[in-house]
Amino acid sequence: MIIHTPKPVLEVHDLTVSYNSKPVLWSVDITIPEGVLAGIIGPNGAGKSTLIKAIMGLLPMASGFVKVFDKPLEEVRQRISYVPQRESVDWDFPASVFDVVLMGRYGKLGLFKKPNAEDRDIAMSSLEKLGMANYATRQISQLSGGQQQRVFLARALAQQADVYFMDEPFAGVDVATETAIIELLKELRAEGKTVLVVHHDLQTVTEYFDWLIMLNMKLVASGPSEKVFTKELLQETYGGRLTILSKIGDLLKNEQFPIRER
Amino acid sequence: MDQVIAFFSFADINTRFVVLGSMLLAVSTAVVGCFSFLRNRSLSGDAVAHAVLPGICLSFMLTGTKNPIYLLIGAFITGWLSLLASDYLKRKTKLKEDTTIAIVLSVFFGIGIVLLTAIQQSGEASQSGLDKFLFGQAASLVGPDLIVFASLAIVLLLATFLFFKEFTLLSFDKGYAVSLGLPVKFLEILLSSLTVLAIVTGIQAVGVVLMAAMLITPAAGARFWTDSLVKMIWIAALLGAVSGFAGAFISYVGPGLPTGPWIVMVLSGLAILSFFFAPKKGVLFLYLNQQKHRRKILTENVLKAFFHAGEVEELHKNAKTEAEIQVIRPMKPEELSYALRLLRRSYLVRKTGTTTWQLTDKGFIQAKRVAKLHRLWELYLATYLNLPPDHIHDNAETIEHIITPQVEQWLEQQLNYPKTDPHGETIPY
Repeated sequence: MIIHTPKPVLEVHDLTVSYNSKPVLWSVDITIPEGVLAGIIGPNGAGKSTLIKAIMGLLPMASGFVKVFDKPLEEVRQRISYVPQRESVDWDFPASVFDVVLMGRYGKLGLFKKPNAEDRDIAMSSLEKLGMANYATRQISQLSGGQQQRVFLARALAQQADVYFMDEPFAGVDVATETAIIELLKELRAEGKTVLVVHHDLQTVTEYFDWLIMLNMKLVASGPSEKVFTKELLQETYGGRLTILSKIGDLLKNEQFPIRER
Repeated sequence: MDQVIAFFSFADINTRFVVLGSMLLAVSTAVVGCFSFLRNRSLSGDAVAHAVLPGICLSFMLTGTKNPIYLLIGAFITGWLSLLASDYLKRKTKLKEDTTIAIVLSVFFGIGIVLLTAIQQSGEASQSGLDKFLFGQAASLVGPDLIVFASLAIVLLLATFLFFKEFTLLSFDKGYAVSLGLPVKFLEILLSSLTVLAIVTGIQAVGVVLMAAMLITPAAGARFWTDSLVKMIWIAALLGAVSGFAGAFISYVGPGLPTGPWIVMVLSGLAILSFFFAPKKGVLFLYLNQQKHRRKILTENVLKAFFHAGEVEELHKNAKTEAEIQVIRPMKPEELSYALRLLRRSYLVRKTGTTTWQLTDKGFIQAKRVAKLHRLWELYLATYLNLPPDHIHDNAETIEHIITPQVEQWLEQQLNYPKTDPHGETIPY
């Protein structure tokens, strides 16, 4: 069940993504309305992170296009914020918590310019929103997993964007952090921002999200939670791989075959 | 001695040039090297250093001159080619990065040596000195050559300064840099070019074989001293400057001593010093910290033994013999006398006879506290972790020494000032 929306904030059209010629996401079509808190769910290897990485332009698309606010991504980067998985960086890097949060301002600053007092204020209040103000001068290698995640979210907030893509912000964090994050997400939604979150925990799905994207190498469903969070669709999402689809993927990889003729 | 004075008077213009040149080169490569270090590209720096040799030789063969500008251009091109080659191999094969780097390094360097040998055997008079690029010769940094190298060094420093923010983000979180819309491709090419350029300019001073040390060692040494990137870069630059200066000095004083290897020797020495003596991360600091903990554990254990002995007699103020303490807590006699010496120095015990000791008032308070913490912690483990009585003692033996006054207060409040521990012993307040 794929429910489309007339004036989408995010439009993904016929998106296919391959790793080493093997498609991991097949022809995904999604439209997301403004101001929703959307969860991206699916089993391991379903392509959840791949989807947002491809939308952010971090992975090449084998087919399709992405539009945000009806424009190509490059034109609206300033309005989009991305929170990578926290394992994706080396936390031994010589930087303080504040240094990292200030990076959220770099996109707006442009080349050669140094962050000014206003940028610092924004970074500090972003840290405050995540209850991390006391940690501003702390070296990042001393943070716990939950604190690392809060730092990444504060950095994203400092961008003052309108759309947020978050890759597993709830993975491996403590209960207090999870609560703090979900409060923040609801606050963002109340401000009319759109948030897409890769999520793992089915228990909390309906409580957290009002829109769901259900993936398993293909798009199973996309729509309001109350409509798509059904037994049948969950069964389809989590009930194992489509054997023939996987087989074709392996063939493409083994033969190094292109997914589009071109 | 005369030479030392002659060196520091800088009367000889060539001395000035060589010192200035060595320092500038060392500083600029150290600064750029910080980013190679942080991006885990130390090895590829070594590959590039070796890969510039064929470029130098080819330039010389094509132009027939030793004009540094031509040689640098050649070096720059093959240096870059080696990066591209290693990258291409990694993408198109399943080989891991260390393998592709090893292949590229040896192939390029091999070609370089072949070309160098060919040039030497061709017997061209002007070729003499080309082999200096193997091990470097800072002493040749004079006149117009120096101007070329110095300008490149300044370009490197300036570019790093201008793009500092972007290079930092690129090194920490490339994906996020892309998502912000930064020109990441351009920045990567720029940073790689700066690295190749740093290597190419440094070659003149230390040669291809030792160049990687100039790039990576200052950063590695500086990392021990600080957790701030800005400070790290300054310290790396300082390490570079000191070793550049020292290298020039040593080779001036001792004729025949090569500048480049000495720069690297001094640099390595400084890095090793950092490894041992840097605060917080240095091996010595960690060792001293361990010793401090050991002393704390030992003395607190002896204090606690005093308290236990007093508890048996219900007379804490009485002096105890060393033998009595040994009964409560057996330990090596020299350990006990060491602990007593330390305790006496802090006025926690006083000596009342040849082998008798008495707790001071201050000592009694501390001894009581250790015993209390031990029993509180045992009770906490039994209550909140549901551990059986035989599991809690050994744990408490360690934890009693690290509980802070704040945690102590929490424990007391959370357990509601209990009277006895799980073994039925009184908790003293």
